[in-house]
Amino acid sequence: MHSLAFNQIIGYVIICFGILFDFFGVLGLLRLPDVYNRLQAATKCVTFGSAGILIGVFIYSGFTPTGFKAILCTVFILLTSPVSAHAIAKAAHNSGIEMAEETIVDHYLEDMNNEPTEDK
Amino acid sequence: MKLENKSRIAVFVLSCIVWFLITLNFSLASIVAGIILSAVTAIFAGEILIITERKFHLGRVFYTIGYIIKLFWEMLKANFHVAYIVVHPKLPVKPGIVRVKTKLTRDSALTMLANSITLTPGTLTVDINKDEKILYVHWIYVKSQDIKVSTEEIGSRFEKILEVVFE
Repeated sequence: MHSLAFNQIIGYVIICFGILFDFFGVLGLLRLPDVYNRLQAATKCVTFGSAGILIGVFIYSGFTPTGFKAILCTVFILLTSPVSAHAIAKAAHNSGIEMAEETIVDHYLEDMNNEPTEDK
Repeated sequence: MKLENKSRIAVFVLSCIVWFLITLNFSLASIVAGIILSAVTAIFAGEILIITERKFHLGRVFYTIGYIIKLFWEMLKANFHVAYIVVHPKLPVKPGIVRVKTKLTRDSALTMLANSITLTPGTLTVDINKDEKILYVHWIYVKSQDIKVSTEEIGSRFEKILEVVFE
C-alpha cells in the first residue's frame, strides 16, 4: 500500500482547510443581504480559501514547478483580489445601488452629498 | 542614475524572477525568451514601479516580514469571525460605511493600507479621500460610528508597521 509522506499529509490538511473556507465564502455569498456584504464574503473567505488551497498544493508538491506556480498564484491572488473588490464596491455605490435594510450608517454617502462638486 | 532607469531595472529583475519561477526551464531558448520579454516589459511599463527615492535600510526588511505575519494573523482571526456570521442562523450583521482616519501620506503606503483592510474580512475599503486622509470602509459589524473608535479598530493595527516600511 502506498503511504503518504509527512509533507503530503500537511498539504492535504491545508487543502481541506482552504476548501472549508471556500465553502463559507459561497455560503455567505448566498445568505448575506446586499452587494457590499456579499462582496465581503466573496472576496475574502474565498481569497483565504483559494490561497490556502494553493499553499497546500505547494506543501504537497514541494520545490517543483507545480509548487512554484502555486506560490506565484497565491501572491497574485492576494494582490489583485482586494483591488477588484474595491472597484466593484465603489462602482456599486456610485451607481446608486441601495444598501440593505440592516445598514445603520453611511458616512460615504453623507460626505458625497456635502460636496456635490467633487468628481473623481 | 535616474529614477526612471532604476525603476526599469527593478521591473526587469522582477519579471525575470517570475519568468524563471513559472517556466523552471533553463534551456538557452527559454533564458533568451525570458530576458527579451522582461526587457520589453521594463522598457514599456518600467517607470511606474518606483516613483520616489528612498534609502535602503535593513530594518525595513524585518518590518516587511513582520507585516506579512501580522497580516496573516489578522486574516485568520477575521476569517473565523465572518465564518461565524455566515453560519449563524440569524445572520448577525450590522453593516455600514464608516470613516477611518489615517496618518499615512505616500501613495504606496495608502494602497497597502487599503488592500490590507480589504483583505481582512469584515472590512472593505470603498474609497479614499487623499486630501483629507480619510478612508471609507464598509464594515460588516459596525461597533461604533465614532471616527476615533473605527480608526482604532480598523486602521491602527497596520498603520504603525506601514509607517516604518513606507514612510
